[in-house]
Amino acid sequence: MALRAAISARVLSSSSARGARSMSSWWQGVQPAPKDPILGVTEAFLADPSPSKVNVGVGAYRDDNGKPVVLECVREAERRIAGTSNMEYLPMGGSIKMVDETLKLAYGENSELLKDKRIAAVQALSGTGACRLFADFQRRFCPDSQVYIPVPTWSNHHNIWRDAHVPQRTYHYYHPESKGLDFASLMDDIKNAPNGSFFLLHACAHNPTGVDPSEEQWREISYQFKVKGHFAFFDMAYQGFASGDPERDAKSIRIFLEDGHQIGCSQSYAKNMGLYGQRVGCLSVVCEDEKQAVAVKSQLQQLARPMYSNPPLHGALIVSHILGDPNLKKLWLKEVKVMAERIIGMRMALRENLEKLGSPLSWKHITNQIGMFCYSGMTPEQVDRLTNEYHIYLTRNGRI
Amino acid sequence: MSASSDHQDSVFSHVVQAPEDPILGVTVAYNKDPNPIKLNLGVGAYRTEEGKPLVLNVVRQAEQMLVNDQSQVKEYLPIIGLSDFNKSSAKLIFGADSNAIQENRVTTVQCLSGTGSLRVGAEFLARHYHEHTIYIPQPTWGNHPKIFNLAGLSVKPYRYYNPQTRGLDFQGLLEDLGAAPSGAIVLLHACAHNPTGVDPTLDQWEQIRQLMRSKGLLPFFDSAYQGFASGSLDADAQSVRMFVADGGECLAAQSYAKNMGLYGERVGALSIVCKTADVASRVESQLKMVIRPMYSNPPIHGASLVAVILKDRDLYNEWTVELKAMADRIISMRKQLFDALQAKGMAYKLLFILVIHCTPGDWSHIIKQIGMFTFTGLNTEQVAFMTREYHIYMTSDGRISMAGLNSRKVPHLADAIHAAVTSIA
Repeated sequence: MALRAAISARVLSSSSARGARSMSSWWQGVQPAPKDPILGVTEAFLADPSPSKVNVGVGAYRDDNGKPVVLECVREAERRIAGTSNMEYLPMGGSIKMVDETLKLAYGENSELLKDKRIAAVQALSGTGACRLFADFQRRFCPDSQVYIPVPTWSNHHNIWRDAHVPQRTYHYYHPESKGLDFASLMDDIKNAPNGSFFLLHACAHNPTGVDPSEEQWREISYQFKVKGHFAFFDMAYQGFASGDPERDAKSIRIFLEDGHQIGCSQSYAKNMGLYGQRVGCLSVVCEDEKQAVAVKSQLQQLARPMYSNPPLHGALIVSHILGDPNLKKLWLKEVKVMAERIIGMRMALRENLEKLGSPLSWKHITNQIGMFCYSGMTPEQVDRLTNEYHIYLTRNGRI
Repeated sequence: MSASSDHQDSVFSHVVQAPEDPILGVTVAYNKDPNPIKLNLGVGAYRTEEGKPLVLNVVRQAEQMLVNDQSQVKEYLPIIGLSDFNKSSAKLIFGADSNAIQENRVTTVQCLSGTGSLRVGAEFLARHYHEHTIYIPQPTWGNHPKIFNLAGLSVKPYRYYNPQTRGLDFQGLLEDLGAAPSGAIVLLHACAHNPTGVDPTLDQWEQIRQLMRSKGLLPFFDSAYQGFASGSLDADAQSVRMFVADGGECLAAQSYAKNMGLYGERVGALSIVCKTADVASRVESQLKMVIRPMYSNPPIHGASLVAVILKDRDLYNEWTVELKAMADRIISMRKQLFDALQAKGMAYKLLFILVIHCTPGDWSHIIKQIGMFTFTGLNTEQVAFMTREYHIYMTSDGRISMAGLNSRKVPHLADAIHAAVTSIA
């Protein structure tokens, strides 16, 4: 208040153009924000002059030479797009073609829900944008609800629901001792949550641990969700990337759908199509019927309009071209498999190397875990040593 | 609440269908109309004389350069976007020789076109600025109040458009801003006011600046039409540069949707001009905190195109020529419509009908207003009439997009306006 009064006093005393110069900044009191724990790693990596530096921080795929990869199917799609798009605005809900193809991936080509038009879906700004739209939607239409988030999770999940003003709670997930799933505690948390709670689930390749429930475990989770009337929101950022087979990676979602859950789902093409910077993804919400799906979609659009009006075109065109052309789609599926297999190969190689070095610790978790990330089990102090002495950059939670 | 979820109700059963967006809804209705004489004067996207969308030559060239560059990698941009794009955008709006830029007092972050830039700026203000009221001109783009409300600011109007003169209500503007609490945020359209096309003169801008600085009001510029209004990039940025030149702080949202025809690629930038480089750096770090939980980092394609064009001297020059051509065509449309209405002897008829408003009753506002839009002064009933009888699609506030007009359709539009004004009061 004193600051305000001081500023007001200064303002009143100056009436001319020079008044602007004599005032201090309106943002004098703005604190420097902490660096993002994940993206900050890459910033530090880039600043490091050492030739032997390695970045195993941010989740972007690299080939065996450590180089970023643009998929062949993407290059071909871009060749077709260049010179042909007139770059007009997409509708608020994005590219209908892209969304339709994307839903087929998550829900299955022959999904009854698709036939019955029961899915409200909009193009979103990759996974982040899809989660944020859903969080805003949840806030607006279920203002008394909160969201249950696994421990640990992608750090940005907390930011997203916080900025959407949805209160957060956590549920047990990772079991540090076994470096696997803490299934018993997970089920307890599901049972103890109030009926009708909202849960964030990682559909496959849990980030950051790489620990996924088994099919049987998913079935139990789904059953318990039915008993409790919980809402399941799936974040699927790695479909195809986990096992190499998109259908297999969507198993958790399909189990829930079979059981009649009306789920929400965030999909991203950042990793599985290598479209990181294009920011292309999809948010879908299963509804009771077509009429409700239309209503829900219209409300999602109302949230998108004051955020960015309509989503970016280029990435959507790439996805549409690839998934809409049987040959390009086949090529994509092949390339996804190659990426997933290289990662699986890396896991095996890392584990073998550590075991050969005679490590007394167990490194089984490296191959038990799945997806892009490995929760090594290293402490923040050990991570700092890796960075400072070996120029290896990873997040301080030990995620590789 | 029942615990069983066997075909339970959806948790979103109660969600009702949202009303159609008034602006985008116009195009939806237009597309549904099978009549060949239909004319879409709704959404603000540029059209050629042939009524086609236009992709600039420089954009096509930039596209080819990008697609042929095998080394181009499409990984995540930094949270604040493409660095070259940010630097070039700041120079574009503030001027390459701007002191504020040279003193590192400006933070510029890539955002999703104008909408995204406004939203990120508003969120930042809601969290870090002591005043949470933003004054917006009456009328303004329909999406403005929604953006600011969702960001956590409350919205108040200031007088802007005078329906009688179809020009600026300058007195009202000065009074309303003069009555605003010290520190309040003020939204200013940098040029080509949307939807009226009515801009202050440079003299009036100077008076506005002095008033705002003396009251400590914070300017937030929306610059969606730089270069598109007058045909000159520098002329269209004068209002903004005036405020930066006095050493004060301000925000500026830039869009490349219209002036580079990049509509769907969602390219824009938010700049915050601060007192010192240290403040600018801290502000930037806080902008990242707004962006990360919204979409993590901005889309790469459109910004890459813009960066290529702005950094290459030949492409830049070519762009200015193409930009001027678009602006000139719009100015020419204004002249043609004005002439057509004059020819119909509108002046006298209008005087008759509008006598209760004491208007001078002419259509000169069409050529006085600037930019893509014209506020015709037609009311909702007249607009509905024009849509029904003449298949002319426009927003119900009487706004027409001059960019959607071409020479062949001018007579049809003039007929429609004439009919509307004479059949409906």
